[in-house]
Amino acid sequence: MNARYLPYLLILPVTLFLCLFFLYPFILVAQQAFSVDGGWSLKNFEDVIGYWKFPISFQNTMLLAAAVVPVQLALALLMATMVNRMKKGRDLILYVWTIPLGISDLAAGIIWLAIFEQSGFLNSMMQAVGAIDRPTNFLSYQNPGIVFLAIALAEIWRATAIMLVILVAGIGLIPKEYYEAAEVFGASPWKRFTRVTLPLLRPSLQTALVLRVILAFEIFAVVAALGGTLFPVLMGETYAYQFDLLNNGAAAAMALIILAISIAFTLIIMRALRVPKGATI
Amino acid sequence: MTHRFKLAGAAALALTMGASVAQADVLFWSTQAKPVEEAQAMREQVLGNFSDKVDYQPNDGGPWLTRLQAELQAGSGTIGVLGALHGDFSAMDPENLVDLSDLGVMSSSDTFNNLAKLGTDDAQYIPWMQASYIMAANKKALEHLPEGADIDALTYEQLIAWAANVHEATGEAKFGFPAGPKGLKHRFFQGYLYPSYTNGVVRTFASDAAVTAWEDFRKLWAHTNPASTNFSFLQEQLLSEDVWIAFDHTSRLAQAFNERPDDFVAFPAPAGPTGRGFMPVIAGVAIPKTAPDMDAAKALVAHMLKPETQIATLKATNFFPVVDVALPDDLPPAVQAAGGAVAKMSGAADANPGLLPAGLGSKGGDFNRVFVDAFERIVLANQDIRTVLDDQKGALEAIMNETGAPCWAPDAPSEGACPVE
Repeated sequence: MNARYLPYLLILPVTLFLCLFFLYPFILVAQQAFSVDGGWSLKNFEDVIGYWKFPISFQNTMLLAAAVVPVQLALALLMATMVNRMKKGRDLILYVWTIPLGISDLAAGIIWLAIFEQSGFLNSMMQAVGAIDRPTNFLSYQNPGIVFLAIALAEIWRATAIMLVILVAGIGLIPKEYYEAAEVFGASPWKRFTRVTLPLLRPSLQTALVLRVILAFEIFAVVAALGGTLFPVLMGETYAYQFDLLNNGAAAAMALIILAISIAFTLIIMRALRVPKGATI
Repeated sequence: MTHRFKLAGAAALALTMGASVAQADVLFWSTQAKPVEEAQAMREQVLGNFSDKVDYQPNDGGPWLTRLQAELQAGSGTIGVLGALHGDFSAMDPENLVDLSDLGVMSSSDTFNNLAKLGTDDAQYIPWMQASYIMAANKKALEHLPEGADIDALTYEQLIAWAANVHEATGEAKFGFPAGPKGLKHRFFQGYLYPSYTNGVVRTFASDAAVTAWEDFRKLWAHTNPASTNFSFLQEQLLSEDVWIAFDHTSRLAQAFNERPDDFVAFPAPAGPTGRGFMPVIAGVAIPKTAPDMDAAKALVAHMLKPETQIATLKATNFFPVVDVALPDDLPPAVQAAGGAVAKMSGAADANPGLLPAGLGSKGGDFNRVFVDAFERIVLANQDIRTVLDDQKGALEAIMNETGAPCWAPDAPSEGACPVE
């Protein structure tokens, strides 16, 4: 076996798999989005963008991502540095913190629904301590702010761990010598964090942010469980086109719009957090 | 040792599974009787005494259609018989369904038999069972009925006053409306509110009478449990007493009557200025052209229409027979209560039935969305009624023109596509 071809041979199965189950369906979806009655057309895109709920669901999706991702980033950084400093019980803490990662997003939504709904834990707790006279319904159309807050909380609880795992691995890769040198020159812990950890964590931050932001644009099940139809998001509208209206073309167009947004943000993050040429850890 | 047992078990399982596939049961692919108890009752009580073995598989509308379309596109399939609502069938191409006119069975209602032709000359499906939407109330609410109101002949005005009385007496809004994501709110607007106020659905969508209808609905909404936007099966809220007065599909109220028959009453929907609008629901059985065993499938369709099967279906699903049968006395409380309310509703002097939308093809979902959007904008977002109706009118017109669907009752008949006036 010629060693030159070995790498190509080794990635062949996964390439084939991706072509068959990602690239091919993607081409079909794109075709569906751009065709109406067999001819090329932008009608599907005009329809979904012209629908009165599109601006609302677009805005909601963006707002949610803008509210959730920075909090998650800060939390994940904090948690990762804490874990890194631990001598004992590090694994145990990591396991506990990543439990939400193992729960499906719909299940996570239902867990938080059990807290916030009219007969939920929050209501019974507040009633027990005498804060309210009778159970109130937090997740109603009258309280859009609380619906938003509940969804954001559930998302933060559920999906911070994915960033945490990537950042913990990244921090572990930073050589101890940099910290020792910084300490010798009298850098405070905060300085060490901003001048050593953050710059050297760039590649991991990039990966974590890209993954998290893309997932934030795809948010669906948590919103469906907590907000129902009160909080329309892009993915929920896509689902409605496909399964309520049986309009494959419009659903495909929505999927492509979400894809375009994801690609745009991926490029922005890659560019903003790029590692300068020649620089290595 | 245990490992070997597991292997043997797996092998045995594989063998039995292989055997059951080889036996080729008739696959009954249905959107109805989805709850586990109903599906089990279908398998045991309704399909148990059919000559062949039947594999009854209920599913949600989306997956149901996806698999069916995949089989039709592939040109070969495993589904023997389809069970679904009229709307599901009308969204399909009649070419894909086997003509069933020569089967010799049909329902006793000409309206239903005509609907089942899906605009062709032959029966594309056979009406299988029927239901409707009714009102139900906790008996505690009865003392708050407005003076002079007869619960079996309520008007919308009286219903609003009643809900307001209950609201005042209990301090809570206790009217319940199925406005949840899976709730059937659009049917209330299409079959109840619009016929009762405007004597139409499509023609009168943006009329002045429609504005009055939405104004009155807003008044009712003021006394509606605000959590209604999460309610899809009102039986749950009736049982938890979050709701005292409710509107929903008979089968979505059944559990309340069956669990506590002495606590609830069923009664007809209210009447408006143009009569007592109500909508019959109809489910049918059909055979896709890709059915593997056509004779067995036809025999199963005929079996579903036998009087004794129809009564068994009624007990299993709370959907009523479509053929003339003598109902036995030992029916579950929900069936008795709903049956009475439906009979009073359709027999009322001012009855104004609003038929299911017909001829919309695959645009049925878009048609429903026009009404759901109007509700979300007028009632939830509190937008101006006239503006919303004029805006939604465009979407409705586009659907009617694209499908060319003629008007259905209570709209006056039209030549060509039903116009929005």
